[in-house]
Order: sequence, then structure tokens, then C-alpha cells
Amino acid sequence: MPNRFLAAAITLILLSAACSNGDPARLTVYSGRSENLVGPLFERFTDKTGIEVAVRYAGSTELAATLREEGSNTPADLFFAQDPASLGAVAESGLFSALAPEILALVDPRFSDPNGRWVGTSGRARVVVYDSTLLSAAELPSSVAGFTSPEWKGRIAIAPTNGSFLAFVAAMLVMEGEAATRSWLEALAANDPGKYAKNSPIVAAVNGGEIEAGLVNHYYLLRLQAEEGETAAANHFLGSGGPGSLVMPAGAGILVTSNQKESAGHLIEFLLSAESQEYFARETFEYPLAAGIAPLDGLPPLESLGSPLLDLSALATALDLATDLVAAAGLL
Amino acid sequence: MTTDPASNIERRTGPGGTVRILLWMAAVIALAPVIVPFGFLVGRAAAGGSKAVDTVLSGRTVELMLSTLLLVAIVSISAAVIGVGAAWLTERTDLAGRKWWRVIVALPLVVPSYVIALTIISALGPRGLLSDLFGFGFPTARGLVGAWWALTVATYPFIYLIVAAAMRRIDPALEEAGRGLGLSPNRVFARVVLPQLRQPIGAGVLLAALYTLSDFGAVSLVGFDSFTNVIYAQYAGRLDRTPAMVLAVILVVLALGVLWAAGRFRRGRRFVPRPVARPTRLMSLNRTQRTGAYAVLSLVGVASLGLPVGTLVTWLVRRPLPDGIPWGSLAGSLSVSLLAATVAVVLAIPTAVLIVRHRGGASVWVERTAYLAYSVPHITVGLAVVFLASRYLGPLYQSLWLLVAVYASVFFAQALGAVRSALAQISPSLEEAARSLGRSPFRAMTGITLPLMGRGIAVGGLLVFLTTMKELPVTLLTRPTGFDTLAVDVWSSAGELLYSSAAVPALMLLAVSALPTYVLATRQR
Repeated sequence: MPNRFLAAAITLILLSAACSNGDPARLTVYSGRSENLVGPLFERFTDKTGIEVAVRYAGSTELAATLREEGSNTPADLFFAQDPASLGAVAESGLFSALAPEILALVDPRFSDPNGRWVGTSGRARVVVYDSTLLSAAELPSSVAGFTSPEWKGRIAIAPTNGSFLAFVAAMLVMEGEAATRSWLEALAANDPGKYAKNSPIVAAVNGGEIEAGLVNHYYLLRLQAEEGETAAANHFLGSGGPGSLVMPAGAGILVTSNQKESAGHLIEFLLSAESQEYFARETFEYPLAAGIAPLDGLPPLESLGSPLLDLSALATALDLATDLVAAAGLL
Repeated sequence: MTTDPASNIERRTGPGGTVRILLWMAAVIALAPVIVPFGFLVGRAAAGGSKAVDTVLSGRTVELMLSTLLLVAIVSISAAVIGVGAAWLTERTDLAGRKWWRVIVALPLVVPSYVIALTIISALGPRGLLSDLFGFGFPTARGLVGAWWALTVATYPFIYLIVAAAMRRIDPALEEAGRGLGLSPNRVFARVVLPQLRQPIGAGVLLAALYTLSDFGAVSLVGFDSFTNVIYAQYAGRLDRTPAMVLAVILVVLALGVLWAAGRFRRGRRFVPRPVARPTRLMSLNRTQRTGAYAVLSLVGVASLGLPVGTLVTWLVRRPLPDGIPWGSLAGSLSVSLLAATVAVVLAIPTAVLIVRHRGGASVWVERTAYLAYSVPHITVGLAVVFLASRYLGPLYQSLWLLVAVYASVFFAQALGAVRSALAQISPSLEEAARSLGRSPFRAMTGITLPLMGRGIAVGGLLVFLTTMKELPVTLLTRPTGFDTLAVDVWSSAGELLYSSAAVPALMLLAVSALPTYVLATRQR
């Protein structure tokens, strides 16, 4: 009997040792972009280069906080985030190493860290998604300020923990100051907005008739339309030059503690290659930022969106305050 | 567990020091993965200083506490009503098909709360599945209503099972006396039966309340701001982790409060059922009552089983296997659950020996600590472990080892309970006899006692296996990078409203859980 137990125990130990993270040649990526959006890109990268990639999918802000918590203990080699604020937060904590100039040169500097610690990989516009069976675009406010009026009570959805929403609030802080941002958030909270965990559920909820409008990024709706054809939900670009018409890059940076900086650099180059930029344009419906690839037909051109010019490194310093203000308004 | 023959004499008279130390080590190893991180969690929350105080005193925290307690209260009440009512109908009336109703009413135990929540959010709503099928707009059940529904369905089976078992043990003599004195059947139930059920109902409601307080999956999917959901929101949406930690500590205190209150309640009145020699006379229902009973039980069956399974199957049929079959997640779920069950049982055996055979002041605390670790909301365990491991545990951080150790520790009480009661039924004189015939204590234990404990060990292992399969928040926070389980798949797909993608792992989870539950339910009798 004891022998059999011993044998079983040893088998189990071997089994679990085999399962645990052994392979040192594997690239570990923290991805704030969801698996169904970017998973195929990592698979293509592995097919092409033979470099295995282990991806930890979670929210961008959550992973930025995790990286700061882990500090030099982090197992991550590369951080791929959906917004410049979380990237900036990691950069400001001194956790990113400087990227090679060849990589930075691939992208318009407006969409990368001014200090070269992370690079934009694709652009996404903030929009209002609305139920076109109930509303027309003309009935929507011309800027996000309009959603704080009482007629919008209970009719607008936000994703308060989502990196894009928080980065948008950070942008508002940079552009309009703390007092204005605080009062906008408080007025929004008083309107009892629908709170969702992410952008895609908001789009589905608007399309499902659950709520009338929501503050999201532009491409979630296009994804839904690609799957379902005609949708009740429609996108409205605010175009007023305020924080509601911001175009924000998703981007990537390499951790300073990584012992595989070269492979990580290859992965970023791959994300900026014509193949991946084409993927961002055709499959995730974002704005390509490199390799001269044009966005999907039917999307308004990047230059026409009236996106305010922002120092993206300023967003990072504003993110801490932005999360505090969102929490203080009772939205977190 | 030394086999040094020189100390044989000492062992015959009492436990050797080494043995006792080894037994204690097993208990400590089992419980440390939950208890140690909590020390650090409290430390971190306290180090937050003024910010921590702000968080505790803010109106938001009070609001959260109230909304969480409201949910706990309404779920406990409705689960108690359904659980007790169903137990009465299936145990005390002459309703036809009682055998089948018993299974139907108990079966939702297999369905995790987040799967019920997934079906609620995807089936209801003006453009949900039901509106689609029936052509008119169903209302949404997000927020409090959805959370109440999902958690009532998830928790009433606890109350049902405990109360039904107690009803079978009640001596019918008192009821007969009541009827003989002219009480109507309803009044007999209210004045004679119910008071005797106080303790089992209390135990069931305690389980339901703790479950509701700890639940993360359902409340996060239906978007109800209970404590766990807000803790996760703070964790995911804020660069500063301190507020999440402070809220976690408050939630733990709240859970301890519920435990304490339940302990007082139990101490208050103790009802010891005597063995029953004859069955109770069943109450015969008239036609209206019978119809009502069928209607109520069917409604419970539809809300708790029919809707979830029907919805999942419909999604599966509408878009069959959008992402293929998640074999990797199935393997992930099975392997961690098996490992956790094995580790928990292997550690539970020596710990049970410590508690049963070396009972003393300190060993009583082992049992209590195990129960505490089991009752603490899992999201707080996940937070505490992440905090500790990311800073101090080096290569263990985000490893399968750590995940399994934490599971085994969290669910240790289940294994310990089963193994312990099995051991308690075996007389030490059996081992003593073996030892007097020359077997070493270790071989007497493994050769005589251990095989006799077989069933208890199997039940303990199965319980840990089942709960690990369904576990969500600890997995979500502490799993290795790239490691998926069925529970994580269901939750993340449902969070993106990809219902067809969520249906596949959800159905697999139900299928894998159903078999062990069936074995448990049929062998338990």
C-alpha cells in the first residue's frame, strides 16, 4: 500500500512539473487586448519565427498595475496594451527599456511615446455607439458633455474599469483640467449610467436593445457587423475636437527585465509589418499606423476625426488621478 | 512517520514527538497557502494608512455593504423558502414522482452561479433569446434581480439537501401528538415540524449566505455592485492596488461576522434527532394543492435547470463550436482539479489523525482554521496570493504549483471533514491490535485504518475535485500565463457577450461535474 501511494505521488509530481512553466525560450506577453482580437496574430508570429509565445490576457490597466506590483520580478517580456495611458504608466515606473530607433521610425511619432519607450501599433477612435432604431445621429449630443444632461438618465453606458475609458478620462484631465473632469464624472454618475466591464458588451447591449447609447471605441461595432450583418447599433463620431473625439493608439513596449529583448523586438516588428497592419485594418477594423496600409473602406479617414493633439506621456501621469476621480464619483 | 524500531514501546503508550510534529506539519502545509497571504493582505491594507481609512469611511463603502447585505438577505430568504418548501413537498406529501422531483430539485447544485448568470443575461432582455423565440420583449434581468435569481438557484439546493435529510430523521411521534390534539396539518408543520428544523435550516442558510457573500462570477456577469464585484473592479481598473486590498479585508471581516452569527445561532438551540424507527405518515394533497405543488416545482426546475441547459444548447445549435472544442481548457480544469483533490486528501489524512487521535486545544484550532479558509471569499484569497507571490515567491508566482496549493488549501475543509468523520468511526483498538501483533504504527495505520477510510477519502477527494472545477476568482487571478480552465473560458466569453463561445465550455463543465455529483448523491444515502 505505501509503495503504491509513493508511486502515485511521484507520478503526480512529475506530471505537474511537466505542466508548469518550464521553457525559458518562451516569450511571455501581457496582453491588454483580448484573445479573440489579437490571439491569431500571436499564432502567426509563432508559425513564422518558431518563437513560442505565452500570453496572459487581462485588462490593460490591470496588467499595468500588475507590472508595477511585480517590479523586477515580472515574468513578462512584452506588454501589449489597448491604450497609451497604461503603457505610459509602465513607462513612467521605469519598467520599459528604450526601443530601437528602427522600430520607432516605422510609426508616426504622434502615436508613440515621445521618449521612445513604447510604440503605437494601431489607432482607435472614441465614438458613441447608439441604437439607431430609437435614436438618430442628430439627436445625439455634439460632445461628451451632453450626456450629463438629465434627459440621458439611465440611457448611456460606460466601461469604467476599461483601459480605453480611463485613458479617455485621463485625456479629459490633460485637456480640461481636474475640476472640469471631476464635475463631468459626477454629473455622469448622477445620470446613473449602465456600467459594463468592457467595450464589446456595451455594443452588444446597445444592439440588444438593453441600453440606448454607450461610450466605446469605434471598431467593436464593425466587428459585430462583420459577424451579424445589419445591426441596430450604429457609430457616431463626435468630431468636436474634445476628449470624446480622441484617437488613441494601442501599443507595445519591452520590459527592462526581459532576458529576451531580441525576440520581443521581433514581435513588435511583426506587429508593425504589412501583414499585421493589414490584419488590424481588415480583421479588427482599427486604423493601421505603419507600412502604409489604408484603413477599411467606409471608415472616416484618420485626419478627419478632429482628434486633439495630445502629449501621450502626459496621459500616463494623469491616469492615476483619472482612476481616483472615477472611483470618487462612485463609478468604479 | 519514522519506522525506527527502537521507539516501538513509546508508540504503544502514546504518540511519539516526531509523529506529532509530522502530523502538525501536514496541517500547516495544508493551511499556509491561504493563511500566510492573508497576513500580508492585512499588512498591505494597514500600510495604506490614510488612504485605507478614506476607503473604509467613504459613503461608497457603506453603500456597498448595504447592497451586498441586501442581496445576501433576499437570496437567503428565497433560497430558504424554496429549499424548505421543496423538501416538504418531496419528503412529506404523497406527491406522485417524488423520487424524480428529488433529483430535479437537487441537480442545480452542479450548475455554477456564473453559468446561470450567463443564461439569464443571454436569454432575457428585449432582444434576448426568449424574446426571439416568443416574439415579444422580455424584460432584462441585470443588476439586483439577475444576481438574486442566479444566486437563489445556486444556493437553495444546499438548504434543500440539508433540510430534506433532517426531515427524514424527525420522529413522527410529536407530529402525531399534534394532530391528535386537533391541529390542522398546516399548523402541525408550522408549530411542530419547523421548530425541529431550526438547526438544519440555519446551517443551510449559513451556507447560502456565505456563498452569496463570496460569489464573484454571477454578480460580475449580471453587473451587480456587490463587494466582490467592486473589489475586482478596483483591482482591474486602478493602478493603485491598496483600495482593492482594503475592501477585501472588509469583506473578510463581513464573512467572519456571518460565521460568528451563525455560531451563536447554533449554540442557542440544539436539536438532536433521534433515530426514527418508522416512517412519517405522508400528507395527502387535494387536487388544487397537487396542481399548485406541480406548478411550483416545475417553475423551480425551469428557472434552475431548464432555462440554463435550454439556453446553452440553443446557443450551441445556433453557432456550433465557434472556436472548436476547448480541449486545452478541459485538460487544464481536469488536471488542476485532480491535483488539488489529491493534495488536499493526502494532507487531510495526517491532519485528521492529528485531530481525531491527538485531540487537544491546539488541534481544535486546526479544524476551525480550515473552516475559516474555506469560508473566506475567494476573490480575497486570489488578491492576497497575487500580492504575496508577485513580490516574495519568485518562481512560484503564476505557477501551477502555487495554484494547486491554494486550491487544496481553500477546499481543505471539505477533504478534512470527510476524512475526519471516516476516521472517527474506526476504533483505535483495531490499530492497537495490529501493533500488538508486531506491525509498526505506520504500517498499522496504512494497512488497517487507511483502507477502512477509503470511502471517506473518496468522498473528500470528489468534493474538492468538484469545487475546484467550478472555481473562478482564484483561477483568474493566480493562474499561470497561458493556462485556461473551463470556468475561465465561460466567464471571459460571457463577459464579451460571445454566448455561443461560452456555451461549449459551460456544457462541458456541467457534463464533467454531473458524474461525480451523481456518484456522491447516490453513495451518500
